[in-house]
Amino acid sequence: MTVTTGASDAVTDAVVEVAGVVRTFGDVRALDGVDLRVEPGIIYGLLGPNGAGKTTLIRVLATLLRPQAGRVRVAGIDVLADPTAARARIGLAGQFAAVDEFLTGRENVVMVGRLYGLSRRDARRRADEVLERIGLRQDAARQVGTYSGGMRRRLDLAASLVGQPEVMFLDEPTTGIDPRNRLELWRMIEDLVAAGTTVLLTTQYLEEADRLADRIGVIDRGVIVQEGTADALKAAVGGAVLEVVVPPDAHGRARELLAAVTGEEVTERDGGRRLRVAARDGSRTLTEVVRALDDAHIISDDIGLTRPSLDDVFLSVTGQPVGEAGDGDAA
Amino acid sequence: MTRPAITPSPRQQRRPRGRTTVASTVVDTWVITQRNLLRNVRLPQVLLFSTVQPIMFLLLFTFVFGGAITGTLPEAAGGEYINWLIPGLLVQVSVFGAGQTAIGLTDDLKKGVIDRFRSLPMARSAVLAGRTFADLGRNAAVVTLMLLVGVAIGFRYQTSFLRFLAGVLLALAFAYALSWVMAVIGLYVKEPEATQSAVFLPVFPLVFASSVFLPTQTMPDWLRVFADNQPITTVTNALRALMLGEGALLEGQVLGTQLLLSGAWIVGITLVFSLWAIRAYRRAVS
Repeated sequence: MTVTTGASDAVTDAVVEVAGVVRTFGDVRALDGVDLRVEPGIIYGLLGPNGAGKTTLIRVLATLLRPQAGRVRVAGIDVLADPTAARARIGLAGQFAAVDEFLTGRENVVMVGRLYGLSRRDARRRADEVLERIGLRQDAARQVGTYSGGMRRRLDLAASLVGQPEVMFLDEPTTGIDPRNRLELWRMIEDLVAAGTTVLLTTQYLEEADRLADRIGVIDRGVIVQEGTADALKAAVGGAVLEVVVPPDAHGRARELLAAVTGEEVTERDGGRRLRVAARDGSRTLTEVVRALDDAHIISDDIGLTRPSLDDVFLSVTGQPVGEAGDGDAA
Repeated sequence: MTRPAITPSPRQQRRPRGRTTVASTVVDTWVITQRNLLRNVRLPQVLLFSTVQPIMFLLLFTFVFGGAITGTLPEAAGGEYINWLIPGLLVQVSVFGAGQTAIGLTDDLKKGVIDRFRSLPMARSAVLAGRTFADLGRNAAVVTLMLLVGVAIGFRYQTSFLRFLAGVLLALAFAYALSWVMAVIGLYVKEPEATQSAVFLPVFPLVFASSVFLPTQTMPDWLRVFADNQPITTVTNALRALMLGEGALLEGQVLGTQLLLSGAWIVGITLVFSLWAIRAYRRAVS
């Protein structure tokens, strides 16, 4: 007899498995047939603009919302059939820190520990451990009302950790957080994964997905439109991207020229100072562009080939830059 | 700064629940109740609203209206408006206090706290049960405070201590029933700001068009029919009969009937609105 470790389901060792999930709100198809697999022990980044369906998907995974169709398994448990069992294995940190202002940091974490089913003593001990781990030990006895926004997010994360979840769902963990606290949170998330937790996070920041996520799913209008490692996604865009910096007065002409030479869509960065375009033929495209600019007497401040960023990935798979797609829709 | 390396605690330390049992439901409800009680004590605006406001009502009505009203009261009041007023105000603070159930719930919904609770392997009933129990606890504290101030400015029960105590418990039972009504309102309105008016808009006329402050005899007929038959009056009458004697009731009314009617209202309201609240809770969160 062979002994298998891990998930009982021999077919799969994915810790999160979503198939054909549909969730509508009235006429809006917030999730329109989502398929997703997350292997254990990684950070999976769900990247997409506001209204793409990220939060809805997290809510389905965290048992807060029932989909109208589809299958959802988390840590080997059918979430729709046995949500309570699933809840014992997951942790959730939502878009807003769901911590109580009138409790101290420690009281907040102990309370959640108790609700995870820990005894009073275990909840206290675990609370002190996680508070230490996220660097809030000194502030643990203060009421959360006195905490900064970044501290509240960290406390929210600590509260989710107290139950030692196998899978953590983090919905835009660093939205609205200052850069220093963002770095700190990133480190904590990486530590979490190093300790064996699987993390599924949503973000609208390409930089965040790029930096943190082992695998990235690009979600747009309720479907995962592209999936892979950051490098694979970038490679799929088609090799290199040509970036040109031109003086403001030559901007319009340069833009037309780039479009004409490459036959690709030109995007702008830094308020229009930088023009970017896919360079299908790499250095040959570069040479052609340099020659064309020269002929048109446009002097560029800088020109070169770069690797595509996730911005470019997003543009190429959704046809829209990250900041614009789906704006104004409900999240 | 160095931080300790992360070593997950051994698995056996953890007791993954994944099932709710009677015992775990009791624990969860107690944890949520404690949390909600702390909210009352630690949020200055909540503490102020729930203590200063009833005392203000007590003092204003006693000293502003008391003199003019005393002459019109039944003999059972012992010639003091405060004796007439206290049983009424106990019901009034129960009604107003129940409004905090709605406000507390919408606050939790808005802040994502309810989402957190729902993502935990805890008993789902604990959220609403813990909310209403905590509000019952707060109400008991407010009622005690009110009685202390009331006694200090002259309130004396005219029957026996046991009957007086029974009256206090009846007021608290009524408050608990109303908490469920307010829970339903809160779960439908969802916005803390709007809840305030959604709660007090119906509550004010209901409290005033009752026997809480004054006997209903001088009201116009159409209003009196309503006032005499609504639960706030019924419970107030029962309280007065318990604390002041049956002389405080209208002609033809007896304590037994008022108690029975009050009991029926309390049980009926609790039953209907707790089931409704549970349904509204499921809807509100998905």
